[in-house]
Amino acid sequence: MTDKQHPDESADNSGASRRDFLKQSSIMAAFAMTPPAAVTAVEKGLHETIATRFEQMSLRVTINGTAQQLNIEPRVTLLDLLREQLNLTGTKKGCDHGQCGACTVHVDGTRVNACLTLAMTTEGCKVTTIEGLADGDRLHPMQEAFIKHDGFQCGYCTPGQIMSAVACIREGHADNPDEIREYMSGNICRCGAYSNIVDAIMDVKQGGQKV
Amino acid sequence: MNPFQFTRVTTPKAAISAVTKESGTYFLAGGTNLIDLMKREVIVPERLVDINKLPLATIEKTSTGLRIGAMAKNSTVAEHELVKKNFPLLSQALNAGASAQLRNMATVGGNMMQRTRCSYFYDNSMPCNKRSPVQAGPDKGQPNGPNGCGAIGGYNRMHAIFGTSEKCIAVHPSDMCIALVALDATVNVSGPKGDRKIPFADFHRLPGDAPQKDNTLQPGELIMSIDLPMNDFAKNSHYLKVRDRASYAFALVSVGVGVDMKGKTIQNVRLAMGGVAHKPWRLTEAEQFLTGKPATEDNFKQAAMLAMKGAKGYGENDFKLTLAPNSIVEALKIATTTA
Repeated sequence: MTDKQHPDESADNSGASRRDFLKQSSIMAAFAMTPPAAVTAVEKGLHETIATRFEQMSLRVTINGTAQQLNIEPRVTLLDLLREQLNLTGTKKGCDHGQCGACTVHVDGTRVNACLTLAMTTEGCKVTTIEGLADGDRLHPMQEAFIKHDGFQCGYCTPGQIMSAVACIREGHADNPDEIREYMSGNICRCGAYSNIVDAIMDVKQGGQKV
Repeated sequence: MNPFQFTRVTTPKAAISAVTKESGTYFLAGGTNLIDLMKREVIVPERLVDINKLPLATIEKTSTGLRIGAMAKNSTVAEHELVKKNFPLLSQALNAGASAQLRNMATVGGNMMQRTRCSYFYDNSMPCNKRSPVQAGPDKGQPNGPNGCGAIGGYNRMHAIFGTSEKCIAVHPSDMCIALVALDATVNVSGPKGDRKIPFADFHRLPGDAPQKDNTLQPGELIMSIDLPMNDFAKNSHYLKVRDRASYAFALVSVGVGVDMKGKTIQNVRLAMGGVAHKPWRLTEAEQFLTGKPATEDNFKQAAMLAMKGAKGYGENDFKLTLAPNSIVEALKIATTTA
């Protein structure tokens, strides 16, 4: 019966870890089918739960228009995936705790903090980073506006500011400077370029360009 | 971050089953608080059950009001036409919380489940009964750092003035929940023993002897949705949040008000406070006092005095004993003069 093969039929198999598989397989099968960390652990006789925790899982996600098929540990954040594995270092790690906004990216069109997003939760999603904003060599209007208005000093928060600023306009929350300040409050700039950032966003909004 | 097992589910039944099966298993929704706590090793799950693909994000009219799915994002709820029109207090409270990015990630259910931001809870080297419960009784949890309460006699500027215990004086951090308790919401949950409804005021609990328990959910129970009954408060609602900076900060004190006015008379009123207790703090006695009375500053002040009965400061948070009643009066003034 299928129940024997899937002892917990109520558990969902989509994206489930391979621990049931490991439970039932010989070590030889495990060699053939599981990633190295889990195999090593099984080989050394470590407890299976320890083994499966280091197991890599498959993730399909589209990043800046490119479909990616990846294998990652479940504990990897979207931010670390972008920076450490895909070399997309435009997205910055500031506080790594969702307080500064330097890691802001768009997931399926909405702005989020990549540092608090487990990459595994972006399965099937479309992610846009600062690297995906320009159209080839032509800068995005918001990038142009940040240059024009001097919307940065050291530049570290800038990719997050720009991603957030684009979303702020798309969400319809950039009608006046007060509204912009409120809806950009999740992006901290320790150089204090705030007034120029507000000017840049107002400029793009009033210019009516498509963002 | 410590390694953990990861499972993705697409049905509530599978989610409940996965979290019931083995201890140390947590639901993962928006992750804005849980992932942060995991990075700091305040919570060290053995397994995460990703519930982001559950079909629980709809917002729909019901015969009695509005039903909001537990997985609806905070930003979606705040911007929803029916919420803005019928329950502006909820929309205001949501928009007063966190940042635009976090509101895009955080869910309604996750917002209810968020932990206190007490700095002693967040620091493994500091004593905290919530993080590291005393090992006794049926509700014992895993120890994680020293127990005790660092905030009592410590840095307690952000802490509670109502409903505290000698084990814990932490505050519940949500803005959304202040609106929901004021609006008489009901929480629909599903669990291994079936479905049940919890009045919002009974969802969160006071610390007592078990501050590790923030709420009255049973093991394995999953929040499915929130029901809001229709009311006549939409025209005269206000969420007042007093905080250290104008945006993106937790409340020192917040007040949620909904008033049903007839001319200058208060026909019916709902009042709740945030930043003052371990749970969203409903001001029932003040509500009863104001019902049927004219909307005057004198009446607001008397109501605020009633609301402050039993309040207790812990030193650094003594200012809340003045700030809270002043905020109640201010919120009532604003709500009753809104056209």
